[in-house]
Amino acid sequence: MTIVRVEVNGVQVEREVEARLLLSDFLRHELGLTGTHVGCEHGVCGACTVLVDGAAARSCLTLAVQCDEASVTTIEGLAQNGELHPVQAAFRESHALQCGFCTPGFVMAVTALLEERRGEILSDGEVREALAGNLCRCTGYQNIVRAVQLAAERLG
Amino acid sequence: MATMLARGLGGRIARNEDERLLRGEGMYVDDVETPDAFHVAFVRSPLAHARIRSVDVSAAAAMPGVVRVYTHADLGAHAKPLPLLFPHDDMPYPSTQHPLAVDEVNYVGQTIAMIVAADRYVAEDAAELVEVDYEQLPVVVDYEAAAEGGPLVHDEFPTNVAADSTWRVGDAEAAFATAEVVIRERYVCERSASTPIETRGVVARFDRGTRELTVWDSTQCALPVRSALIAAFGYPEDKLRVIAPDVGGGFGVKGYLLYPEELLVPFAALDLRATVRWTEDRREHFVGSNHQRGQAHTIELAATREGVVTALRDTFLHDQGAYIGYGLITPQIAASHVAGAYRIPNVTVRFLAVYTNKVPVSPMRSVGRPQSNFALERALDRLGRELGIDRIELRRRNLIAPDEFPYPRDGLYFAGYPVVLDSGDYPAQLDAVLEAIGHAGFPEEQARAREEGRHLGLGLACYVEGTGEGPYEGARVFVQPTDGRIHISTGLTSQGQSHATTFAQVVSHELGVAPADVVVVEGDTDAFGFGAGTFGSRAIVNVANAVSLAAAEVREKAIAFAANMLEASADDLELVEGAVRVKGDPASVVTLREIAVAVNPIRYTTLDPSTADIGRFAAAREQPGFGPGDSPALDATAYWAPTSATWAAGAHAAVVEVDEETGFVRFLRYAVAHDCGTMVNPSVVDGQIHGGVALGIANALFERMAYDEEGQLSNASFVEFLMPYASEIPTMTIEHLETPSPLNPLGIKGAGEAGSITGPAVTASAIDDALAHLRIEVKETPIDPARLRELIDAAEA
Repeated sequence: MTIVRVEVNGVQVEREVEARLLLSDFLRHELGLTGTHVGCEHGVCGACTVLVDGAAARSCLTLAVQCDEASVTTIEGLAQNGELHPVQAAFRESHALQCGFCTPGFVMAVTALLEERRGEILSDGEVREALAGNLCRCTGYQNIVRAVQLAAERLG
Repeated sequence: MATMLARGLGGRIARNEDERLLRGEGMYVDDVETPDAFHVAFVRSPLAHARIRSVDVSAAAAMPGVVRVYTHADLGAHAKPLPLLFPHDDMPYPSTQHPLAVDEVNYVGQTIAMIVAADRYVAEDAAELVEVDYEQLPVVVDYEAAAEGGPLVHDEFPTNVAADSTWRVGDAEAAFATAEVVIRERYVCERSASTPIETRGVVARFDRGTRELTVWDSTQCALPVRSALIAAFGYPEDKLRVIAPDVGGGFGVKGYLLYPEELLVPFAALDLRATVRWTEDRREHFVGSNHQRGQAHTIELAATREGVVTALRDTFLHDQGAYIGYGLITPQIAASHVAGAYRIPNVTVRFLAVYTNKVPVSPMRSVGRPQSNFALERALDRLGRELGIDRIELRRRNLIAPDEFPYPRDGLYFAGYPVVLDSGDYPAQLDAVLEAIGHAGFPEEQARAREEGRHLGLGLACYVEGTGEGPYEGARVFVQPTDGRIHISTGLTSQGQSHATTFAQVVSHELGVAPADVVVVEGDTDAFGFGAGTFGSRAIVNVANAVSLAAAEVREKAIAFAANMLEASADDLELVEGAVRVKGDPASVVTLREIAVAVNPIRYTTLDPSTADIGRFAAAREQPGFGPGDSPALDATAYWAPTSATWAAGAHAAVVEVDEETGFVRFLRYAVAHDCGTMVNPSVVDGQIHGGVALGIANALFERMAYDEEGQLSNASFVEFLMPYASEIPTMTIEHLETPSPLNPLGIKGAGEAGSITGPAVTASAIDDALAHLRIEVKETPIDPARLRELIDAAEA
């Protein structure tokens, strides 16, 4: 067992965990943050995407112990003062989700993307290429692309 | 063309579901908290066909942390085959699987033993310690070989052909005998799967105090699962509750009744008097949850030299996999749609459902329609080339005209109903999609690209979709007696179809309240006791009409009570924005909430300032107090039972660019013209179409179940199974037509599966067009780069 100290959604937590414990399981089962979903457990579907020190990471391919002294943001930590994050709001306005299972992973990946490319105008093709690490079976991606463009516009 | 929106429905409003899901507050089965639960792992067959000589669980059972190991012998009364849902006279050899294999396994992934342990890690470790002694049996993977003989999947039957069915409309044989032109070709579609991003899962909690069994199941059909479990366990109906909470996509695969795990996990909870849970992993989903799409059609068209199709004959083989629990629904739906949007007066369609040593098949989004659509639309393109008639003109000559509805096809059946296409404007759809794709300017665009050495092609195809099957669905609409919000409960489940928004819009239309203030509760057998579930593009047709009827009754009741409260005549009242008021006197008004409070003689008005002065109104009832037959609630329950299917329809077109060197196909644009009658929320319909088109493209270009000769699924992960990302899917334009169905009060037709019907046919048509100089004809899906290169090589040789 190893001690891991990690800041999750702004709150410092300390837990004793097995070295093999996945970050996704740590978040879901140790901390009860079930908004992070697991769709494939082999790093392809992107549903489990969270931010580790601001960068998008697959929590199913990351060990909890790797996040020692790191800052992790999950979907539960995105809204500020009760208000949806601009990416979340854009998803809602654009009908960019249906069943909602892949949504947290998309929202986190898009949040990182727009942070990284702030100020850029992203074409449809660029957005689609940038999203090509997250699978969705419901939406055909079209409204997700619109939501990304809307959020990019608002974030400036 | 587009008619007036029926009775004010049709707002493109944001969804009631989204805020919660976007905050990570959804609750899917794996999110259910069960601190003291045991966890399940299954021992699954690594072989496609084998006799089981023995199963030794002793090492697994002895492992620390293992609670119990079950094999077939431990199931007692449940050691019997899972149900056959739809027996049929044409199916003499039905076989369903046992929850845990008895002495034979018939596909890789079949459940053999269930481990219940303290946690999943231990359960998985123990599963590896179970020793199964197998005697390998010959494997049959190819369904055409299986149909012709091959090794038998079930040696108790004389054949692998589970069923052989023929449907006839008119006299195709006579029409072929006198036909001026006949074409014949074979078209094949590969296996794929629904592949929701959330896998399946079951949590079953036995409460030792109340003896209640609560089952959370990621199913599309909570009420049927409850019925099945009650029947299987002989358990009291009032003690067994099934909850389908948020479900992360279904697309058919979660509507199978029953999977072994759906019986076994609740069984273990009852047996151990504990909470037991299982979440499928992705590999398990590939080999333990049903597939679909594998069919080979040999289709013939008889026509005049002017291109009028006089008859169609189609004989197809349907790859059923190892068992046939869902009966013949999939091939029957393929057969019922085989003549598409065209007049074709004479049809003979015959299908053989064939066992193979592969994962069983049950309905997946569009269920058989894409395969028969591929065969028909490909055959029409071929006929056009044969006759020298443009493929669009050929379609125009055969499309059913708007004045020909209702258009019956006596002899074909969909969901138990005779096929009668009820309404639509198919030629207008074709015009709309051609306009949207830029057909008029395409020849020039194509020629220009050709000069640059690029090969562009335009594809198009039409489709119809039987929707809205029965037997019925219902809804209860009521104004909650204390907080006054409008509440809808149904027997459905939701996997992303936006019911909490669209049903709220229907109530909003009837009662004038804001859709955001309407609460929709479903996916819980305690919320509503009757119904089937969410599948077959049936939810909106049946439930929106039931909601509408129930809401209308609530409205009448509200006006009657309000008439008493406002001391006015009911004829002088109107219901506007959630309140009943005297026409022309807006100050004389009582809200639905106040009515709900006033009508209930047992209430707590003084604690809530907004209802504290309810006494300013007269009594809600004419007689004092509460009389016999009175209800304390402003509520109504209604059902809708369709007399026939509603037939939606549409046309798709696409422009693709084919790279001759690599065989890679890229979509430049994609257009849809679609008519599902009245739309409750066009943005929701758009979303259904977008997702459907993406699946159609996936089936056309990417997805296959890569079984090897030993029956091993060699691509059972998202690494090798090529599900498209955003980068593979084009932007679509959608033209909505809105021809209300005459078959229900709201004029609605279903929309869930339309989008995924015709993608394969459109894509193939576009590739043919792009490579017309090589005379390539795509006859199979998926048409991946390697396969297309083979066709190009063959054409060039």
